[in-house]
Amino acid sequence: MARVILPQALAPRAGGLLEHEVEGRNVRALLAALDARFPGLGAELEGRVAVAIDGEIYNDPLLEAVEPDSEVHFLPRVGGG
Amino acid sequence: MSEEKKFRWVGTRPIRPDGIDKVTGRANYGADFALPDMLWGKVLRSPHAHARIQSIDLKRAKALAGVHAVMTAEDLPDLFAEAAKSNGGHDSSNDLAHNVMARGRVLYHGHAIAAVAATSSAIASQALELIDVEYEPLPHVLDIASAIASDATLIHEDRVTQGVEGIEGFEGAEPSNIANRVQLGHGDPAEGFDLADEVIEREFTTRPIHQGYIEPHACLAQTTPDGRVTLWSSSQGHFMVRDYTAKLLDIDLSLVKVIPAEIGGGFGGKTTVYLEPLAVVLSRKSGRSVKMVMSREEVFRASGPTLGTRIKLKLGATREGVFTGGEATLHYEGGAFGGSSVMAGCMTIFAPYAFPHVRSTGYDVMVNKPKGAAYRAPGAPMAAFALETVIDEMAERLEIDPVDLRLRNAAKEGTLASFGPRYRRVGCVETLEALRDHPHYSAPLGPHQGRGIAVGFWFNAGLQSSAGVNLNPDGTVTVLSGNPDIGGSRASLALMTAEEFGIEYERVEVVIADTQSIGFTDVTGGSRVTFATGMAVIEAAADVRRQLCERAAAVWEVDAERVVWEDGEARLKGESDRAPLTLAELAQNAGRTGGPISGRAALTARGVGMAFGAHICDVEVDPETGRVEVIRYTAVQDAGRAIHPSYVEGQMQGGAVQGIGWALNEEYVFDSDGKLENPGFLDYRIPVASDVPMIDTVIVEVPNPKHPYGVRGVGEVPIVAPIPAVVNAVYAATGVRFRDLPLSPPKVLVGLDGKSAA
Repeated sequence: MARVILPQALAPRAGGLLEHEVEGRNVRALLAALDARFPGLGAELEGRVAVAIDGEIYNDPLLEAVEPDSEVHFLPRVGGG
Repeated sequence: MSEEKKFRWVGTRPIRPDGIDKVTGRANYGADFALPDMLWGKVLRSPHAHARIQSIDLKRAKALAGVHAVMTAEDLPDLFAEAAKSNGGHDSSNDLAHNVMARGRVLYHGHAIAAVAATSSAIASQALELIDVEYEPLPHVLDIASAIASDATLIHEDRVTQGVEGIEGFEGAEPSNIANRVQLGHGDPAEGFDLADEVIEREFTTRPIHQGYIEPHACLAQTTPDGRVTLWSSSQGHFMVRDYTAKLLDIDLSLVKVIPAEIGGGFGGKTTVYLEPLAVVLSRKSGRSVKMVMSREEVFRASGPTLGTRIKLKLGATREGVFTGGEATLHYEGGAFGGSSVMAGCMTIFAPYAFPHVRSTGYDVMVNKPKGAAYRAPGAPMAAFALETVIDEMAERLEIDPVDLRLRNAAKEGTLASFGPRYRRVGCVETLEALRDHPHYSAPLGPHQGRGIAVGFWFNAGLQSSAGVNLNPDGTVTVLSGNPDIGGSRASLALMTAEEFGIEYERVEVVIADTQSIGFTDVTGGSRVTFATGMAVIEAAADVRRQLCERAAAVWEVDAERVVWEDGEARLKGESDRAPLTLAELAQNAGRTGGPISGRAALTARGVGMAFGAHICDVEVDPETGRVEVIRYTAVQDAGRAIHPSYVEGQMQGGAVQGIGWALNEEYVFDSDGKLENPGFLDYRIPVASDVPMIDTVIVEVPNPKHPYGVRGVGEVPIVAPIPAVVNAVYAATGVRFRDLPLSPPKVLVGLDGKSAA
């Protein structure tokens, strides 16, 4: 299962924990699994954040593949100027 | 990518294709377009920082000869009301709608209230004076302290802080002027400070500043009775203009065509719209085309600056110079609607270094000032000002060379970044080593002179890009891009295309295509165009190369797998009796061998390469006047791979100069009523050529392994380090640590007189 790390601000929505073991082949599956565990969290993450999968940042990550041993950080989206 | 790859064109410095037009005045910017039936549009703006609009009487303005249309917010869909009915919340579209035209209340001095279209600019101005508005002035808040006070006047009475659900201390939160709270980090900073031998805690403030683009916002709108819209507009993204305009007017995207003008600077400030929706409404109402151009004063009063900040930062380190903990609390003004860059400030503030324990907490604060907009590496320069000056102080306290202290803690592959993930291959160490080894770092200094250094970081954005590559019958190549060319991207895209085909750079023409002639492309921003749109161009060129090989195979009557593309021609593997077919030959015969050859690519770019810069600044401080003169400056930056080194250097120099201006001169000055007192370049002073020395540049190349040529974005990193580099240099020259920008002569004099922290 992938190791998912949430932003600190969302920990209270996820049982107070930042890190979670989550199963899923891609980001969409991770979000669905998180949403099942913490209702509403997946939907909020999908609308607001980017992810870093094993250090690589994706701003529009829905179908990005996730390996069983991946480390997935949910991050704020950053554009630029 | 292979670091040994040899290039013919990448890394060379040809003249930019748009250069002649721009230096001879032929290039068409936003204000240069005109149509035969054109009217002039003008905007009436609020004289109050905060007031209820009791009534707007348009009768006298409408009656003026030459006036063809007048509009208010009543002529725009009420997106805010619709959203409020559906979910009680707000989003950026609603804020944008409310910002382009006030509805019910004005929220800052300069907020648009009404607009007119008339046969001349003078008549339009006269009509504005005939619009009768009754206001009920309301109390306003102009700074962070007063905005977050418990008894503060609320700018939006229904807004509860986002991001605080479940957070201790925010239970049952009432509406406030804090739009959003964010927190990032890992570990426990308190534990980190317990491990430290030295802990330094300081507070920093910065003032609102403008991006300083020379070209004002401008557009020309044409509408038809069947609902079609054509806009000529200067922006950082014509698809952004299309999407925002359609959204705010509730019309189909397919009905809106935006034709990009050249852009006279943007730096993030042209990633939104102000005039376009108004020009379209006025055009619809009048049945004529409408041109709108902001005056310089309007640009200052009503377009988005980057606003003020207050940052409290604590840093712990061992006596050996290893950082043990970092903690920062950042308050950023977002203007009247929130949406500041505090999130990016939180993400970047500790990013260049490894910390076992680190946390940044940010607050997006609403004040009665113009809605903030992006400014080059949004949020990062203020954050770097705080961290890099505290590091300078820490280096002094630990008696460690400031470069060595940074190198001992510099982020590298595998470092857990303060904003979340572990870094992949990055060039922070190599950039610092290049700075340390530069002759500037060890050059002697004179009396009243000092030297400062600082590091800057920015992510770079990937986002969406489209590209088209058309092969012309004469063997030339036309590249279609959806990104306005701000920093020389025509040249960089042409170089990559020439490299892909193995043809002369001069045989490639890059066209900035309108929204109906190229696929969707995100804005020119986030240091993304050479990286992301370049990636799309490379893919589209590969598509064409594949077709060329297939044509050659058809001509030779062999399988396509036996044909390779090398040095600008198709060659048959393993045989020598077939003369290669050049690109020109294949192009000339395309019609007889299957038809025109063109390629396209559309992608969401992956593999952004985060980038670091490190700057050295020497200043001389006049002890009698307090004037700070930058006497030598060197910018070092990891570009991954410089496609066109001159334009990478140009970005580095431009960013450095903007940062120097931010550090020393620039600030919005508001009076107590919230009226900007210096809305022009005479009183808002940006650096001019005589204010700065030649900015020396050193390009470090640690290739981004995820880009075909190793590109990292370069446009934003160079504005991050200058503020702390200048401030650290001023300390070295004077012995005074300044923590409130700008370091204008009066402030420096006060510091010198006190010889204590200002």
